[in-house]
Amino acid sequence: MIELKDLHKSFDGIEVLKGISTSFEPGRTNLIIGASGGGKSVLMKCMVGLLQPTSGQILYDGRDFHKLDNKQIRDVRREIGMLFQGNALFDSYTVEENIEFPLKMFTDMTPAERHDRVNFCLEQVHLEGINLKYPAEISGGMKKRVGIGRAIALDIKYLFCDEPNSGLDPVTSRVIDELLQEITEEFQMTTVINTHDMKTVFDIGDHIIFIYEGNKWWEGKKSEVRLADNTELKAFINASYFE
Amino acid sequence: MQIFNHFGTYLLFLKRMISRPEKLSVYWERTMLEMKNIGVGSLAIVAIIAVFQGAVTTLQIAYQLVSPLVANPVIGSIVSDSSMLELAPTITCLVLAGKVGSHIASEIGTMKVSEQIDALEIMGINSRAFVASPKIIAGVVMFPCLIIISIFLSNVGGIFAGYASGILTPDEFIQGARESFLPFNLAFSLIKAFVYAFIITSVSSYHGYKTEGGALEVGSSSTKAVVYSAVLILFSDYLLTQLLL
Repeated sequence: MIELKDLHKSFDGIEVLKGISTSFEPGRTNLIIGASGGGKSVLMKCMVGLLQPTSGQILYDGRDFHKLDNKQIRDVRREIGMLFQGNALFDSYTVEENIEFPLKMFTDMTPAERHDRVNFCLEQVHLEGINLKYPAEISGGMKKRVGIGRAIALDIKYLFCDEPNSGLDPVTSRVIDELLQEITEEFQMTTVINTHDMKTVFDIGDHIIFIYEGNKWWEGKKSEVRLADNTELKAFINASYFE
Repeated sequence: MQIFNHFGTYLLFLKRMISRPEKLSVYWERTMLEMKNIGVGSLAIVAIIAVFQGAVTTLQIAYQLVSPLVANPVIGSIVSDSSMLELAPTITCLVLAGKVGSHIASEIGTMKVSEQIDALEIMGINSRAFVASPKIIAGVVMFPCLIIISIFLSNVGGIFAGYASGILTPDEFIQGARESFLPFNLAFSLIKAFVYAFIITSVSSYHGYKTEGGALEVGSSSTKAVVYSAVLILFSDYLLTQLLL
């Protein structure tokens, strides 16, 4: 479980996150939604340690992430997988080498064991047989799936996805959403997804928090979103449908 | 003041780069690959520069020393010493600052703007060490090798130009080169190559690593890497010559 306690983040005196508290439970797809510039990405970057919060706590199963020493931080990070908006696959590596990379760095597996694990990960993301392709040779949707494959190569506990559907067609978006839900349930991971795609919200949103101007404006389940008595959230949903 | 800020962040970059490798075998593999890219990949350009550098220097020295009082082997001794002390290390490294430096800065810069560096950090890898240290190690190992090849080919170019133009025979050239040879000159040349290699690879890695933005900024970082490396090479050239000769 990941817990956020009164999280603040400022840049040059401008407060971007204004005291966010919530918790993300394992085995559920937790969505962070909100308009661009509302603080979603900053929140996620604070959670994965790419940014240092100004104040507040981020607890990974009780471990205060920003108070750990370097070794402990590295240990927590090895339990984290992340799917980036732009995939962040290594251009000079093949699909197999991309997925194999964390295994090579952090395990003592033999090449044969690594190869089997890569094939298992590719099977999980429904991409068998593209081991020797380079990222430049596969489609955007396939890159996202390879990114998920790399994220789950090690036995991770926490999966973060930053705009997993950006730049994808509706059909591929749905495939990615279903895949994320599937692996979250299968591996009982704590999955946190940044999105402003309302379709994703209604399809896989087990737990949703709506960020507005750096505040947690609303929190609930997908069945409660439409009934929410919250002007900004309603405006956000209506704008999404209008799009 | 900006220069002190840059220098401070550069030193911090180097300090944070020093850490125990997560997996030595992966770093070793990457270092070998970089040695191939930096060393073998630069061989052709180094060879071309060295041959023409030696040839042109021979012709110019001959032009300036036209006198019955100056023996022909003197030309060989001046060309070989100039190649060893200055031309091979400094000119070659200035060219390599353009080739290797811009490649390093643009490669790391692209990794930065496409979030590949963030991906490394999230995996718990020291991204500075992972992207920069194999390049720096490869540079400091391979540049001295390239400079030795460059010195040799400069002399070959000088011998060829002297012979082709009828100014001096290969024997006279070699006689001059052997008479004036001092082992310290070669050591000095290798010290220079080592220092320049560190400057080019570390400065370029630093500029690549601090790239923020998109394609335009990657280009800008690449240019800065070459300019800063070239200026620092010239500055350290003066400093090393003053200190060691």
